[in-house]
Amino acid sequence: MESQADIHTVMMIFQDFVFYGLAAILLFAGVRVITARNPVHAALFLVLAFFTAAGIWLLLEAEFLAIALVLVYVGAVMVLFLFVVMMLDINLDKLREGFWKALPVALPIGILMAAEMVMILGSKHFSSEMITAPAPRPAGYSNTAELGRQLYTDYLLPFELASVVLLVAIVAAIALTLRERKDSKFIDPAEQVRVKRADRVRIISMPAEKELPPVTEAVAEKK
Amino acid sequence: MSVGLSHYLILGSLLFAISVIGIFLNRKNVIILLMAIELMLLAVNMNFIAFSHYLNDIAGQVFVFFILTVAAAESAIGLAILVLLFRNLRTINVDDLDQLKG
Repeated sequence: MESQADIHTVMMIFQDFVFYGLAAILLFAGVRVITARNPVHAALFLVLAFFTAAGIWLLLEAEFLAIALVLVYVGAVMVLFLFVVMMLDINLDKLREGFWKALPVALPIGILMAAEMVMILGSKHFSSEMITAPAPRPAGYSNTAELGRQLYTDYLLPFELASVVLLVAIVAAIALTLRERKDSKFIDPAEQVRVKRADRVRIISMPAEKELPPVTEAVAEKK
Repeated sequence: MSVGLSHYLILGSLLFAISVIGIFLNRKNVIILLMAIELMLLAVNMNFIAFSHYLNDIAGQVFVFFILTVAAAESAIGLAILVLLFRNLRTINVDDLDQLKG
């Protein structure tokens, strides 16, 4: 019994160690995202931030979302970011102009916000005495299965709406960036179907013409 | 002092404050602005998951799932607009985006 309690204490200390390590990396990555000179570096630090956040979510037993964050965000969204950043030929010096000029405004506001929130969140209402850590899940508990059950029962309508949102995003992103070539030759079926007889055949009334006598050399000479 | 709910919440709020400062500093660069917004959403998601864990309610994780969906859509459309902007104006400087004379 004694040794089991010891193991539990060691586990808690290890969890604290992991939390503080990941939190330090996360905050460092966040600071580097907003101060990096090169947008490519900023995007890569954002990738680091997402990875460490996924680690912290694993500590909170949200396994499915941690993996989804890495797959969806690092795998898709951040690659999209990197594509766009590398595609654009931007003038960094112009964009960095007056970068530190906003710091006297930004830093007090940021520190004030952080201080206010820390004062509230660090109070006893959110302390571990008031809200105790839940008991560890039993072996065989599946976070993914539980989340799936919730998604397909209680949250079915929002789930379907989310798919509509994604569809809208696909259509919007393609419609915005689609560029038609002006010199490409193609057939428009709609225009083919819509065509009327009047568009193709024009009937005009004109006087019947007489056949002219052939111009001979003698006639030409007489003129 | 063992890590509790407040630690995760404070981490989220610090991350949020960092991204607010980032929006102030990078007010000319649209790409970094989008990244700061992503960072903000990450901080919000951190709060949701921390509460979901400590209150033993899976609904918080469902909300994070939807936030991830909407954020992915948002950044896809945002980047599409960014590409369109650069194609037309050859710049992504916020100061140059004064076509609407607002």
